[in-house]
Amino acid sequence: MNYSVAFSTILIKEIRRFTRIWPQTLLPPAITTALYFLIFGKLIGDRIGLVHGVSYMDYIVPGIILMSVISHSYSNVVSSFYSTKFQRHIEELLVAPVPNYVILAGYVCGGIARGVLVGVVVAGISMMFTHTTILHWDIAAAVFVLTATLFALAGFINAVFADSFDDISIIPNFVLTPLSYLGGVFYSVAMLPGIWQKIAQANPILYMINAFRYGMIGVSDVQIELAFAMTGGFILFLTALSLLLLHKGIGIKN
Amino acid sequence: MTALSIQNLKKTYNNGFVALKGVDLDVQRGDFFALLGPNGAGKSTLIGIISSLVNKTSGSVSIFGHDLDKDNVAAKTCIGVVPQEVNFNQFETSMSVVMNQAGYYGIPRKQALQRTEQCLRQMELWDKRDVVSRRLSGGMKRRLMIARAMVHSPRLLILDEPTAGVDIEIRRSMWEMMQDVNKQGTTIILTTHYLEEAESLCRNIAIINNGQIVEKSAMSSLLSRLQTDHFVLDIARPLTQAPLIDGCEIVLSADTVLDVAVPKSHGLNRLFQALSEQHIEVLSLRNKSNRLEQLFLDLVQ
Repeated sequence: MNYSVAFSTILIKEIRRFTRIWPQTLLPPAITTALYFLIFGKLIGDRIGLVHGVSYMDYIVPGIILMSVISHSYSNVVSSFYSTKFQRHIEELLVAPVPNYVILAGYVCGGIARGVLVGVVVAGISMMFTHTTILHWDIAAAVFVLTATLFALAGFINAVFADSFDDISIIPNFVLTPLSYLGGVFYSVAMLPGIWQKIAQANPILYMINAFRYGMIGVSDVQIELAFAMTGGFILFLTALSLLLLHKGIGIKN
Repeated sequence: MTALSIQNLKKTYNNGFVALKGVDLDVQRGDFFALLGPNGAGKSTLIGIISSLVNKTSGSVSIFGHDLDKDNVAAKTCIGVVPQEVNFNQFETSMSVVMNQAGYYGIPRKQALQRTEQCLRQMELWDKRDVVSRRLSGGMKRRLMIARAMVHSPRLLILDEPTAGVDIEIRRSMWEMMQDVNKQGTTIILTTHYLEEAESLCRNIAIINNGQIVEKSAMSSLLSRLQTDHFVLDIARPLTQAPLIDGCEIVLSADTVLDVAVPKSHGLNRLFQALSEQHIEVLSLRNKSNRLEQLFLDLVQ
């Protein structure tokens, strides 16, 4: 059996879904981040001066790009897979001979595609305000894709457990957004007083944002190796958990 | 070869409800098989397990010799399922709904396009291929689900109340479509609440009640158990009251139509003789189509 056809069917369906509703999926991050760059980067940033030897605008660009990747890769999978459950067309996949790993890969790659596309749009918007050159393309690209993968997986797990549309908005609103803002998007953790530095280091998003910042402008508050190890470890754990949930049929089968 | 073989299938839901209490069932290849039962009898659970939508508690299911647990891919490839309720993405076009399903079965795009066209044409939906599926009528949505279920040419097609809620004209056209599909060699399992539908389409029947199969036989042998035959007679001249004939129950359902219940021991010759003596001319005679109803009620009550 040729599973690549099933995989590409799910992936293309997912990409068509978010591109069909582009005013809901691609336009809002472009507008929001343009405002971030204008208000925080330009108006306030000009008064802040240098952070780690770079302008404040250049300092916040990587964090804002990655924050968009995180929220959109997550929300794509959580809303799409939950709708699939809610409208019961998950049954189309369950009756067909599609292995669980293909279902997972299809939805997660759909989330990665949206996360990456939104990231590219936001990066394009940032070029209107600054001309940051990317110092380490390989590291930046790897963090970009790995972060999208990790949060697409997390969105999938959220969708599996969700029983209502409320359940798919709780994590993004009350967990992801605060962790992103507290993950050093707008500041260096070195600016935090004593104990808050230690607390901030328990936030996994801090590692991803700093690794991406290192890839783009060569500045980081954390060890890059540790950031990759942490992201990789989370991806492996969430992949195993997602496959287990699919195998048991939790939230999907009776 | 059996198309479907179920052995000692049990299902207990998490809330403790026992939906299936050890079902054994065989459906032969090429059959048009009726699975009947009252609401809550276990039909949907049984179909859910066969279609991999519900986890079984114990027992085994094999489809054309492929065990659903051990040889999952081959077993699933043999089945097409038409569920009771609409379960396709209603924001997609009819064409996409069927094409996506072909993709899930691993059919390459070029071949999938051909099969999709074939199935949509067979279900008379080809001219609706670009219509967003939520805009289709109820009957069209059901036919779209049949087209989707057939796109990978399944050897076993499970139709779960496919004609529920559709008008008689669409129901008749769907019967013809189902018969055509069966004639082409596809085994069909049909669940329905329209007993005349099961009687006129199916060759074999199983009745499930309280999670157990309470009857399993050929339709003809089940119907032969009826002690009384029901006929509808069209007569030449209108009557004002039903004629009285010893041994038969006759109701005047319209001024030129008689509903007659004739005990098998009585025989039709005596009926016609008695009608002739009363100068009643019979123009035509047909079986009343809900003969199965009484047997069904006897078995499930």
